[in-house]
Amino acid sequence: MGQRVTIDPITRIEGHLRIEVEVEGGKVVNAWSSAQMFRGIEIILQGRDPRDAPLFTQRSCGVCTYTHYLSSVRAVEAAIGVKIPENARIIRNLLHGAQFQHDHIVHFYHLHALDWVDVVSALQADPAKTAVLADNVSDSPMGGTDYFRQVQQRLQTFVDSGQLGPLNNGYWGHPAYRLPPEANLMASAHYIEALRLQAKTARMHAIFGAKNPHLQTLVAGGVTSIRDMSPERIMKFLSLWQETQDFVEKVYIPDLLAVASFYKDWGAIGGTSNFLCWGDLPQGETEPDSHFLPRGVIMKRDLAGLKMADHEKVAEDVVRAWYENGPAKHPFKGETKPQHGDYEPDKGKYSWFKAPRYEGEPCEVGPLARALVSYASGVKEFKDVIDSVLQQLDIPVEALFSTLGRTAARGIETLIIGRKMEGWIMELVENIKNGDTKTYQPWDMPDKGMGYGLNDVARGALGHWIEIEDKKIKNYQYVVPSTWNLGPRCENGKLGPVEEALIGTPVADPKRPIEVLRTVHSFDPCIACGVHVIDPHSNEVYKIRAL
Amino acid sequence: MEKDEYNQFYAKLESYGVSRRQFMKYCTFLTATMGLSASLVNDVAEVFASPKQRPPVVWLHFGECTGCSEALLRSSYPFPDRLILETLSLEYHETIMAAAGHQAEENLQNAIKKYDGQFICVVEGAIATKYDGAYGKIGGRTFLEIAREVCPKAAAVICIGSCSSFGGIQAAKPNPGGYQGVGDALGIKTLNISGCPPNPVNFVGTVVNYLLLGKLPALDEKGRPVFAYGQTIHDQCPRRSYFEMGEFVEEFGSQEAALGYCLYKMGCKGPETYNNCPIAKFNDGTNWPVEAGHPCIGCSEPDFWDQMTPFFEEL
Repeated sequence: MGQRVTIDPITRIEGHLRIEVEVEGGKVVNAWSSAQMFRGIEIILQGRDPRDAPLFTQRSCGVCTYTHYLSSVRAVEAAIGVKIPENARIIRNLLHGAQFQHDHIVHFYHLHALDWVDVVSALQADPAKTAVLADNVSDSPMGGTDYFRQVQQRLQTFVDSGQLGPLNNGYWGHPAYRLPPEANLMASAHYIEALRLQAKTARMHAIFGAKNPHLQTLVAGGVTSIRDMSPERIMKFLSLWQETQDFVEKVYIPDLLAVASFYKDWGAIGGTSNFLCWGDLPQGETEPDSHFLPRGVIMKRDLAGLKMADHEKVAEDVVRAWYENGPAKHPFKGETKPQHGDYEPDKGKYSWFKAPRYEGEPCEVGPLARALVSYASGVKEFKDVIDSVLQQLDIPVEALFSTLGRTAARGIETLIIGRKMEGWIMELVENIKNGDTKTYQPWDMPDKGMGYGLNDVARGALGHWIEIEDKKIKNYQYVVPSTWNLGPRCENGKLGPVEEALIGTPVADPKRPIEVLRTVHSFDPCIACGVHVIDPHSNEVYKIRAL
Repeated sequence: MEKDEYNQFYAKLESYGVSRRQFMKYCTFLTATMGLSASLVNDVAEVFASPKQRPPVVWLHFGECTGCSEALLRSSYPFPDRLILETLSLEYHETIMAAAGHQAEENLQNAIKKYDGQFICVVEGAIATKYDGAYGKIGGRTFLEIAREVCPKAAAVICIGSCSSFGGIQAAKPNPGGYQGVGDALGIKTLNISGCPPNPVNFVGTVVNYLLLGKLPALDEKGRPVFAYGQTIHDQCPRRSYFEMGEFVEEFGSQEAALGYCLYKMGCKGPETYNNCPIAKFNDGTNWPVEAGHPCIGCSEPDFWDQMTPFFEEL
């Protein structure tokens, strides 16, 4: 038996995650992913006013602050049977687009980059050579020898202070870091730039959504920010979007390609087999046909075998999770009770995450799944950019099934969704010009109703389900991206996607397992989102309708 | 600070893309937000200009959503890069730190030993108390054990957000994990920057107050700084005159909504909520809920998930 290595806490993620791997001959041969927190928001929702559900579920996560809010309001609208006006659809897409941009930029620079970039090595860089490198990879206006010298000096001052703070005890100098000092300095400079940029990107949320994190504008029937559809506000939104998109085009994507070119072997590490997307970004009233991000499922990496995804084929397994045992069930038939216990990865229960399965199979969700499903569906924007990235990196399409592919896919969709946003802003302007300022559709709360919203958000496929009885929430639940990606084994012993992805990962030094972090972080885990529980009392078969 | 040092400081600021004028504007805003005399603006500026030792901060995450950390990263005054690199010394912060696993735990242990009695402990999130805290663990230890070890060693415990202040959403009925705010769970006195999430300016203001005057700001009976939580939303609301005139929004999307009438009848909790949202606003002063046509949900009050719901029913 190999050596067991535990990483707990996994840092630079949302929430509390423990990863355990078994290393043999310098490679991971087994892996366990364990969510270490339970909050129980779905239990808390029972008996409450359905209109409040979006505000409650939003607090699942303050990183992807808009996503549960949106998914929840869609589920409530499906249950009460209201269709939102055009302007509300567009504003929601704009807020969603800004969420993709914000989330992915922060993930790449602040949560993931330090797995690839050695900040300490940046201190050895030659600023003049760094300027030349930066000029070669992009036409960003930020640059020049003076600029990089100042950044380096700033880092040096920080290090000289002896108060290393967040940089303390990183895996600096690890042989798995491959960038030359100049590339490390360039990336470190952009880490700092991105820290500042993201505060501006989030202001797009404040314009139509009052604030970020935790926007306050969605209500069943539309949005409340009717007074923010002014020329001044829209111009401000456009300029913040432009500044963000410029950064994506001229800094994020060039950095991604530059860093990836040193780590091409990661195109063969960290892959999974099955991919699921619910799709999102509706361009009209119909779902999923009008989605810009298509719905679909790919099994066993067979892109040609792409199929439409059907939520009836989803079941959640709890045999290895801290819930009372029962057979795997569709979310709406679930009977689940929390049962805290010991951490027993080998045979017993070991996570607060349940194990969602599609036709009994684990599925990866998120940017890579979306890139693959969009590519296989022939979405032109995705096909063009993916082909160009593969060509620039000189890697085959198979290399997408990997840690590198996952991280690249996140950048690719940031670019593509960002480009779409400009058109949506213009659509909104056109509507207002034509005198259409409607942002809300009135409705009446029915005594009974059921609905769900299937969505695709920054971290992947997200579903919210609600049942209303006596105008109150009878049952509420959500199956979230991080449960798909980071869930434990199921009754059949099939590994969750991150567990599968970790097998085969090289580990040069078990005391400093940076390679494990690379693959785990490439999924952008969000643990608070995933720890939830469903109605312990109901075991009915529900009929569900989607809006 | 000597004149030369000031000039050096401003030259440095400008190299970070912040003009002297922007910086002083910020210090003035912060001084006013804290309710301090305008004569102190230069002293506030000095706090940012010349920290001899950046104050060590240990930031703990418990039962939460990381929204409060995210809120702090939206700070525009100062920008988050300055906060992290030049203002504070974030000894432990799971969302940002490079180290992971046992190296991360080592950072925590080293910090509380090295800065025993001197560090600021910021807590984000509530503490699970049921089943001996089994609903939340980090590195094999419960939230409760970690808090019991770290908080008493701090110079001050600042609870950021309504979860650590008062229990927050996971403590809403029926509170499956037995979650509590830090003060209740440990039986200690904490400074509470409540809100879901709070405005980062109120956190920065509190820390500056501490660095400037060597003590924490005056608190209300709920442990909240009076400079930020001294008045109700209602009393500071720009839509207050509509309330007095009896001009109310009664349906979203209506003409009254377009005219910006009072949201009281839509369920606004402004009359019972203490916070400075209408003055400070969010995201660099861009907007706040009532301005975006949405009623206040009372997120800086204890137990607002139970006390202020249903959110869309009149008080």
